Amino acid sequence: MNMINFPSAKPVKANRRDFLKGGVAGLVIAFTFTPRKLLAADAAAPAKKPVDPNAFVHIAPDSTVTVLIKHLEMGQGVYTGLPTVVAEELDADWSQMRAAHAPADVAKYANLAFGMQGTGGSTALSNSYDQLRQAGAMARAMLVQAAAQAWKVPAAEITVKKGVIAHAASKHTGTFGDFAVAAAKITPPTDVKLKDPKDFTLIGTEIPRLDNVAKTTGTAIYTIDVQRPGMVYAVVARPKRFGGVVKSVDQTKASAIPGVKQIMRIPSGVAVVADSLWTAMKARDALKIEWDDTKAEKRGSAQLWAEYKELAKKPGEVARNDGDAAGALAKAKQVVSAEFEFPFLAHAPMEPLDCVMEAKDGKVEIWAGSQFQTLDHMNAAKVFGVTPDKVTLNTLVSGGSFGRRATPVSDYIVETAEITKAMPAGTPVKLVWTREDDIRGGRYRPMYFHSVKAALNEKGELTAWQHRIVGQSITKGSPFESPGLDGMIVEGAKNLPYTVPNFAMDAHTTNVGVPAHWWRSVGSTHNAYATEAFFDIIAKAAGKEPLEFRRALLGDNKRHRGVLDLAAEKAGWGSKMPANSARGIAVAEAFGTVVAQVAEVSRKPNGGFKVDRIVCAVDCGVAVNPDVIRAQMEGGIGYGLGAILHSQVTLTNGVVDQGNFDAYKSLRIDEMPKIEVYIVPSTNAPTGVGEPGVPPAGPAVANAILALTGKPVTKLPMLQGSSV
Amino acid sequence: MSTTFELNGQSVTLDTDPDMALLWAIREKAGLTGTKFGCGIAQCGACTVHIDNVPSRACSIPVSAVEGAKVTTIEGLSGKVAQAVQTSWQNLNVVQCGYCQSGQIMSAVALLSATPKPTDTDIDEAMQGNICRCATYVRIRAAIHDAAKSI
Ligand code: FES
Ligand code: FES
Repeated sequence: MNMINFPSAKPVKANRRDFLKGGVAGLVIAFTFTPRKLLAADAAAPAKKPVDPNAFVHIAPDSTVTVLIKHLEMGQGVYTGLPTVVAEELDADWSQMRAAHAPADVAKYANLAFGMQGTGGSTALSNSYDQLRQAGAMARAMLVQAAAQAWKVPAAEITVKKGVIAHAASKHTGTFGDFAVAAAKITPPTDVKLKDPKDFTLIGTEIPRLDNVAKTTGTAIYTIDVQRPGMVYAVVARPKRFGGVVKSVDQTKASAIPGVKQIMRIPSGVAVVADSLWTAMKARDALKIEWDDTKAEKRGSAQLWAEYKELAKKPGEVARNDGDAAGALAKAKQVVSAEFEFPFLAHAPMEPLDCVMEAKDGKVEIWAGSQFQTLDHMNAAKVFGVTPDKVTLNTLVSGGSFGRRATPVSDYIVETAEITKAMPAGTPVKLVWTREDDIRGGRYRPMYFHSVKAALNEKGELTAWQHRIVGQSITKGSPFESPGLDGMIVEGAKNLPYTVPNFAMDAHTTNVGVPAHWWRSVGSTHNAYATEAFFDIIAKAAGKEPLEFRRALLGDNKRHRGVLDLAAEKAGWGSKMPANSARGIAVAEAFGTVVAQVAEVSRKPNGGFKVDRIVCAVDCGVAVNPDVIRAQMEGGIGYGLGAILHSQVTLTNGVVDQGNFDAYKSLRIDEMPKIEVYIVPSTNAPTGVGEPGVPPAGPAVANAILALTGKPVTKLPMLQGSSV
Repeated sequence: MSTTFELNGQSVTLDTDPDMALLWAIREKAGLTGTKFGCGIAQCGACTVHIDNVPSRACSIPVSAVEGAKVTTIEGLSGKVAQAVQTSWQNLNVVQCGYCQSGQIMSAVALLSATPKPTDTDIDEAMQGNICRCATYVRIRAAIHDAAKSI
């Protein structure tokens, strides 16, 4: 059997400087080197290959244009944004555009920011923009060439508008479908001219989402909906504690339940296969499993916090050191300090993790909302001991992900592979994680402790900022690990946008047996909160107005100032608020996009507070589809608010306390504030919008509460265990 | 055990374990997958269907309980209210991942059928059982008001 080269877990050291300079996030560094090494079979740098329009644009005889989407549509709008870019250069009519996921094929469909096929770091549109403009323009040229040959007229005289190909002088007109077959035989030209952005007719307009109808009529097919003849259903009993393993299984009762097909041990636990999910779940409840917790993580949250706080007293690994922060603190007129606590967070995508698979005659077919197609493809192939070319991976739209499906180890896909391999050949298997499996199954935004100090001189000027972070690495132990401090621990804080003459940042990487994972906006989930909330604590101590204090220290960061000014203006910053309410402001850069938000918060008559309104300004380069950008800001704010207000995963003796939405709380409609989104006009290349809406929401609310109550909110979630 | 009920206007008889949740009977036995699984404990609303026109969480009702009842899923929605809701949802680009939206639409149709001109408070009450992890709530609210205008 021919085995390919699997991740050696010894990648090249990443250049952390680069990603911090551009504000491009950790995901990017992690992926720029590793996959190339993994994929010795396809060592060619995809970025340098000429664009192949046939890989991205399929024109059917009925004139529909299907754009093959190399990314995962998990809600962020790639099914709409990417076809917009193609349609623009192709001069298609929007009504003829369709979208479909591309197959797993790293040679054709690598994310140009990662070097492998996958979605993350808010890169979907930015890495595809030039590629798809090229593909669209090339396809257009091929259609024009085919029409010119058929009509025997010069190609240069042919026009294309809204899907109609025309030659005015000869009065010929035709559709894309008329020339689809002939065009496909033409060699793609390499010298196409792209449109001048001022001539765009689709990019920058609010065209409707292409998945609107399917997703409002119940006809969109997610992985959980895939039906195959003879399909069986599987759930897995996993250890209660991370790192536990099966000691013994008594399956007498479970096996006796009618409909149970098979109960088997797999590396992650005990799998139950039945003729329905209901039966599988029932049988799983009837299993008696003894777990061996010798190597399991047995600490609880309280103990972990105590250990983190102890660690925070000692210097950690240096992330950045400008000037002499300790010296400036010693000489300070006033020292301001704060400590922040951020809990573990589950992603809880609405569609739980799931996968459908069948294997026969050395071939494997997979259906999944795969976010890292290249790795999922390879990891599944590895279980079956086949080369990836024997494995077909069909990517389906997914019911959210927020990073959860982008696992380097392909956890849920590998589980399905293990089960499928053990079933009779050709049996389709559908694995579903229940919500409890999802909340208790790990891969969390890790818990972090921050200890921050600032120095103010006699004039109230900020002279030093000393920042220590304690928490887990996200990449440690994965194929993406690099030597030294994991940049994801400090991203969003190390690149503080403010000019502080003495700045020191260090971090302790903790060893905890709870799987850590990237969660929508990664390091910025806690770092933007800690830095921006601390900034207002400093401003208060210095007697400065928070917006003016920010503006004064932003130096050359024009985009930060731009979004702050826009959000402040639209929110009426500085104007009087009704009694018992206040505003807060925060700004954060993530993945090259800069976002500022103003939150308005009011006290509730019976205690507590409510977030009434958030005004958001975003600078994400060219706004390809302003409505999708607004939607992502709204969604990012809501996702962030749910987490800072309610969500936490806690452990008691290593066992997760929460299991479902009753305890792991999510934002609901009655708590959603009014949201206004303003986009800074820009001609820069587009940057991502899937994640950057999240980071400023928390600190903007915290700063409003500080203004309202005089008390900083330093412990999350706000509505549990905080004094607000 | 077999249960006979009306599913989207058609009489069906499903042979299942009697305590199987209606959700799984609809999805796996009747093959209608528009109704989604999100939590299984009546917390998220992804599985919302109408039972005798009342919005209900199909994950927490045994299939045997709908014997003789009229069950409507997203696939069986019809009529003026349903059409108005789906059109407004499409016009306002409400969906993101879309996974919760069958349930959201079923709840919204029930709300507007009972209360054609709902206030924000009515919307909060009728819709707070439906979680949207993509937090499309701003648009859900706007789409309900928009649909109310056209009914
Ligand atoms: S699946 Fe029924 S309410 Fe969540
Ligand atoms: S649209 Fe994704 S959960 Fe609602």
